[in-house]
Amino acid sequence: MRKIVLPGDFLSNNTKLASYGTYVEGERVYAKILGLLEETDNSIKVIPLKGKYTPSVGDTVIGIVNEISANGWNLDINSPYQAFLPASENPETKPGKKLNEVLDMGDSVITKVVNIDPRMKVTVTMREKICRAIRFGRIVAINPARIPRVIGKKGSMIKLIKNELEVQIVVGQNGLIWLNGDRKKISIAEEVIYLIEEEAHTEGLTDRVAEFIRRRKNVQT
Amino acid sequence: MFKPEKLIFDGKRIDGRTLDQLRPIKIEVDFLKRADGSCYLEMGKNRVVAAVYGPREAYPRHIQDPTKAVIRYRYNMAPFSVEERKRPGPDRRSVEISKVSKEAFEAVIMKELFPRSVIDIFVEVLQADAGSRTACINAASVALVDAGIPMKGMLTSVAVAKVDGVLVLDPMKEEDNFGEADIPFAFLIRGDRIESIALLQMDGRMTKEEIKEAIKLAKKGAMEIYQMQREAIMKKFLEEGENG
Repeated sequence: MRKIVLPGDFLSNNTKLASYGTYVEGERVYAKILGLLEETDNSIKVIPLKGKYTPSVGDTVIGIVNEISANGWNLDINSPYQAFLPASENPETKPGKKLNEVLDMGDSVITKVVNIDPRMKVTVTMREKICRAIRFGRIVAINPARIPRVIGKKGSMIKLIKNELEVQIVVGQNGLIWLNGDRKKISIAEEVIYLIEEEAHTEGLTDRVAEFIRRRKNVQT
Repeated sequence: MFKPEKLIFDGKRIDGRTLDQLRPIKIEVDFLKRADGSCYLEMGKNRVVAAVYGPREAYPRHIQDPTKAVIRYRYNMAPFSVEERKRPGPDRRSVEISKVSKEAFEAVIMKELFPRSVIDIFVEVLQADAGSRTACINAASVALVDAGIPMKGMLTSVAVAKVDGVLVLDPMKEEDNFGEADIPFAFLIRGDRIESIALLQMDGRMTKEEIKEAIKLAKKGAMEIYQMQREAIMKKFLEEGENG
């Protein structure tokens, strides 16, 4: 079991190791958030247990349209900041077609973060393979701090769910997950995701998830 | 309340504590499910609840700061928290406490990581028994950690009073009312060490030597409270790990 650290806990004298969730002051490294300590040979980081999602460039995020302006859409991305999707960044935009006919209030979209300015104005795009407007399937919301566990080491957990249940999954870094496929299987996948969220910081989670899926599948057939 | 003849008798206080002993403390983390972080804290007869929301978008728009997060701190006493009904709503005293506590927290929270946002801290006093602002700061500090907000360290707060000519740690109602002076402190604690004083107020008179002595006494008390804050948070998250 990894150690839990609190803000202000002293971690190391080697400032070169300082990584995510830490800060350096006067040649000393301290934790800045509540989380699990992960020490490797070339880094010390704190894996957050709680907290809001802060956007960073390259993240896949699922957003919900909450405002339509003259040149694009404002999306709620479950973070302290709204994201802006310019009309030009949506391949479905066509001359003569009104923006609200392309995406209306309350519609959800899978997007990628392309730019964040120093004032935290977030710009997203849909010109990526993974991006699309969501018109079917299901969106599950979880604590964004638990997303890395849903993905697993090098995507092991997500692969397991995809293979075992034959569902389509897109994980947004902001805590929203899109599921698509057979309705019964989606329901199992949803339960699996809640299970991962609940037990995020326990060992041997992948095995338990595999076991859980097997059991649930047998009940239904 | 009548004034007891003596507040200190035989090196013991009227509730049986020694001069440098804290009142019993109970801390419960994640007390409210709706809030991003929360804490319920008992410090003697004080009963307070703290809730933290954010960082979230700041409204009204004009309070936004493009370089850092804005912190809002609201200290409020319930009408039934004191013997005589307290008129609900903010008054001179609670506005002042909110302001000084907010400034104490501004020194620890890493505001520059969340430009244009706001972090809301609410503390409600359900039952007051002297030193409610210190209890509130302790609760708010735990709630902030629980909300996963980046901070330089933790704030821990305790008061020292001068009663019958001697210094006592963590005064209760009688000592506060009939004592000669009262100093609430809040310390920034980092890496198990007291780094700085984030809040200091004084009511009454004390000599220079007494203040030095009071700081020493308060530091000792603060370290004890800090350990309890830590334990409460650790317990909460370890439990969560085990159940899973």
